[in-house]
Amino acid sequence: MTDPENLAPGAAVEGEAALRAIGVTKAFEALRAVDDMSLTLRRGEMVALIGPNGAGKTTMFNLVAGSMRPTSGRIVFGSSDVTGEGAVSRIRHGVGRTFQIPRPFAEMSVLENVLVGAQRQTGERLWMNFLSPRRVAAEERAAIDKARGLLELMTLSHLEFEPARILSGGQRKLLELARVLMADPEVLLLDEPAAGVNPALLELLIDRIVALNGAGKTILLIEHNMDMVARLCSRAVVMAAGRLLAEGTPAEIAIHPAVVSAYLGDAV
Amino acid sequence: MIDILSYGFFFLTVALTYGIICLGLNVQWGQTGLFNVGIAGFVAIGAYVSALLTTPASTSHIGGLGLPIAAGWIGAALATALATFLIGALTIRLRSDYLAIATFGAAVAIQLCVLNLQPVTGGPFGIGFIPRPFAGLARQPFLFGAVNLAIIAAVVVVLYLGLERLASSPWGRALKAIREDEAAATALGKSAVRFRLQAFALGGAIMGLAGAAQAHFIGFIAPDNYQPTLTFQVWAMLIVGGSGNNRGAILGSVVVWGIWALSAVAISAVVPADAQARAASLQIVMIGVALCAILLWRPRGLIGEARVASRHILRPSVARRSSNSSSEH
Repeated sequence: MTDPENLAPGAAVEGEAALRAIGVTKAFEALRAVDDMSLTLRRGEMVALIGPNGAGKTTMFNLVAGSMRPTSGRIVFGSSDVTGEGAVSRIRHGVGRTFQIPRPFAEMSVLENVLVGAQRQTGERLWMNFLSPRRVAAEERAAIDKARGLLELMTLSHLEFEPARILSGGQRKLLELARVLMADPEVLLLDEPAAGVNPALLELLIDRIVALNGAGKTILLIEHNMDMVARLCSRAVVMAAGRLLAEGTPAEIAIHPAVVSAYLGDAV
Repeated sequence: MIDILSYGFFFLTVALTYGIICLGLNVQWGQTGLFNVGIAGFVAIGAYVSALLTTPASTSHIGGLGLPIAAGWIGAALATALATFLIGALTIRLRSDYLAIATFGAAVAIQLCVLNLQPVTGGPFGIGFIPRPFAGLARQPFLFGAVNLAIIAAVVVVLYLGLERLASSPWGRALKAIREDEAAATALGKSAVRFRLQAFALGGAIMGLAGAAQAHFIGFIAPDNYQPTLTFQVWAMLIVGGSGNNRGAILGSVVVWGIWALSAVAISAVVPADAQARAASLQIVMIGVALCAILLWRPRGLIGEARVASRHILRPSVARRSSNSSSEH
């Protein structure tokens, strides 16, 4: 197990890094929600970010996803320093995210929700829809085929024309996954993918996440369900009070005294 | 009979000029969720720019370049697009209710500028002698009305087709995604500021074009034409017709303008002559009542927003038809 005291920023693990957070701090006036936190993801690994409520996991997630800018520290994807860039640019660097509470485009159809994930379409430029209609049409047809394939993968094909607002919580999680996969991200940030998902859909979701990881996607997930973490992840990073508390395999983490203490209190 | 038809042409021509404004608002609000309460100001910019470009030289105000009407309309659309872009660049990041306040303020400022910049706009006296399309036919009211209607209908059709193409494009899809959930759309790489600004400027350009068209069909413009009542009318038209739907925008403009015209007839028939000027306010009340009725009974308007946008998506019924026809061959 890695002792956080001896952790070299951004060099916690060996192998080619897909994503590095180096000494990242996010302060809201006097409160340091994330405090000098470092995290490295190797290409192709699946890592869980865990910790008790208020540990700073979601803030850390938002910093990596670009929804927030760090007060200090650096975020590096591959060899690109993206610290100063916003959320829009993250997906173009190959990093996609889902949300803890799914955020479907409620009044758009399920298929169109997935199509929003398509990147760099010529038709996103206003005038090109009139100047280059054939190119726009060809790209759109290819995007529709790809989106339908993803919906099939997520077992949502039968709902493609339905508005996303009618989906159940679990289906919304699957839709978000399909939507972000439409962008072909190299790194996936999954915020509590199992939360609120019924057991039948959960198995499907886990199966798809494992398959994605098997296909080479690098995955960082926030998850409270330790059984799921143990099944999915080779490594877990534990945060408490905004700082790195421990890091290791799920089995090591489960019996780590500092982790047990952080979750259950000092009385244990 | 010819009189009724002539009135029908006139009615539809006026209604369709409002329809153009409504199409502009539909891009901004219906598709993007931009709460623009400054419509009258943007229509005024288009009207005055086109008037200054196309009227003959005048001693009462500068301008009067005597250019062709088409140049005036294009100039109006471009100038209004630029004005909305600049206003949008300052205000587009505001939350919807604050954007409404900012655009209302912009419209009031534009109306006051038009009223007080007498050397440019003619001030309270406005600008007259604005050339009318096919003015040579003015002695034949029936034909003149028919030609005017044909021109404005052609503009509406071209705009409708263009806007439908945009609504069903990846550009239109991004607008709707941003309208539905900005954070989620941003996480998928859609820049909310960029798309909103484009939609705001495009909607403004269309409103400016409508202002120019109105000015050329009436032949005279004055600051009083661009009061907040105009903004209210256009909002009512879009909500009644169906926000987010271009056909709804056009239908709403005809229906609400019909209510406006019928209530004017009713007032002149029922109210004594000396009270008719004050009773004209009842026209606005009638539109308000229609708006409330629609919101209660059909909150999505007469024609709601279509769900599937991309032109390249075949719905199951269509797909089945096409596969049947191919198997028959």
